[in-house]
Amino acid sequence: MEWEAVIGLEVHVSLSTQSKLFSGTASIFGADPNTEANIFDLAMPGTLPVLNEEALRMAVKFGLSIDAEIGKRSVFDRKNYFYPDLPKGYQVTQLDFPTVGKGSLTINLEDGSERVIGVTRAHIEENAGKSLHEDFHGMSGIDLNRSGEPLLEIVSEPEIRNATEAVAYLKKLHAIVRYLDISDAIMAQGSMRCDVNVSIRPKGETELGTRTELKNINSFRFVEKAINSEIQRQQDLLEDGGKVVQETRRYDAERDTSSPMRSKEFANDYRYFPEPDLLPVEIDDTYIEAVRATLPELPDARKARFVSEYSLSDYDAGVLTASREMAEYFEAVAKASGDAKLAANWVTGDLQALLNKNNWELTQSPIQADRLSVLIKRIIDNTISGKIAKTVFDAMLEDSASVDEIITAKGLKQVTDNGAIESLVDEVIANNPEQVQQFRDGKEQVLGYLVGQAMKLSQGKANPGQVNQMLREKMK
Amino acid sequence: MAFDKSEVEKVAQLARLHMSESDVDEVAARITDILALIDQMQSVDTESVEPLAHPLDMTQRLRPDVATEPNRRDELQQLAPETEDGLFLVPKVIE
Repeated sequence: MEWEAVIGLEVHVSLSTQSKLFSGTASIFGADPNTEANIFDLAMPGTLPVLNEEALRMAVKFGLSIDAEIGKRSVFDRKNYFYPDLPKGYQVTQLDFPTVGKGSLTINLEDGSERVIGVTRAHIEENAGKSLHEDFHGMSGIDLNRSGEPLLEIVSEPEIRNATEAVAYLKKLHAIVRYLDISDAIMAQGSMRCDVNVSIRPKGETELGTRTELKNINSFRFVEKAINSEIQRQQDLLEDGGKVVQETRRYDAERDTSSPMRSKEFANDYRYFPEPDLLPVEIDDTYIEAVRATLPELPDARKARFVSEYSLSDYDAGVLTASREMAEYFEAVAKASGDAKLAANWVTGDLQALLNKNNWELTQSPIQADRLSVLIKRIIDNTISGKIAKTVFDAMLEDSASVDEIITAKGLKQVTDNGAIESLVDEVIANNPEQVQQFRDGKEQVLGYLVGQAMKLSQGKANPGQVNQMLREKMK
Repeated sequence: MAFDKSEVEKVAQLARLHMSESDVDEVAARITDILALIDQMQSVDTESVEPLAHPLDMTQRLRPDVATEPNRRDELQQLAPETEDGLFLVPKVIE
């Protein structure tokens, strides 16, 4: 039987505010345990929440970027459960009246096609703390730094059909929140987390199958693997006449399997009710329009502009706009060097390869946009050839000197002096009488070989165009 | 609507309340009485009434995004029965 998967994602992003959602405690990643946990975050009696205006603004900004309905009246609710890293005994979230309603985003697939995926809603909520279960002589350690940190939970429609689309959706969300500058969205650090709902059904069937929820997925690659492994597990179960049980499963990336976390009999009953300590939040059109005015150019718009403004291919424009940093880097190089095509080739080629090889973020690259621009300028003004430029690029990794200093110090300057080229050409002609004769007999292809010999003789420094021209003239 | 013993036990479990066997029947009866009142309220047609989010007819005031609270970890950890390496220690919650 042919099966079809139905996938929905719940993505949490930590909003990069200075302070927490409901208290004036600092909210910065990586602080020492419990140094960002004050009386409100510890749920001391009598403390009351006051909503952070920046968290609200960031949520609205996100909503506008995906053309979502913005809730002019949002209401906070309590989600009740007991766990030591949740001192209040409830999480404040938005159940029926979230700040962001229905919207959508376009995902880009590797074959160049696009699909629109609906976003059901995005609501503001507070994070819980962190529990550490090892090494405390039989006890658990609790760090409440994260407690009360603002989160935006973005819920997709169950419109994703396979693991590749799920990753494309996540990558687009990642790009959008980074362009908006509302979250670092670093999966490895937990500032972007993803829960996946998966069910399968026979192809053509309209009823949904029983779904499971996968948690604990902390990289794009694992999202893909976890989904594929869960689809396979459900398929095997159903084909053997079994049934999928609705449950939450924890994905183990190392073993590429998942296991149940909570079975249904202990299914949480969160007993939501409106948070009496917070009043409804109201915003008006003036507020919404003021936020809209702060929206930056978003990935799709920037991609379209790169295609039209710099005549880049759809593919290159897509690669260059996938992250805001990359797009800004490229544009800086394109503008400073004056050649967008070359800039795109270098950024998506040698620079990208360098980053991949060293597992670097763009900001860690020893070659920043200003230096790469100068390198490209030297290719354009014929100081060096494209080939020698790669040698200079490699040298720039080791040497923080300017591009021009490196070219001079290493003697890599292109030879354009007619006299020097003439002597090179004479030498090649003298050394290769046979090929010269063949050329004179009309065998055009031999020219390439002779140019190659001259380039080799010059250690790559001769201007190939001039060599070519002079060889032709001399062999007439 | 009657509220039976097993539901009392379930709700007590969700609220982490200890309830002695002898109390369960009485609590079930009392909650059933309360639910009778709620049933009566449920019979009112509320179709066109928006749910009340808060009894006060006011909207939420917002706070500027500024970190105003100093780090008071040492002081606050004095209140905890046990701490280590800056962490609060609690009975182990995972097997």
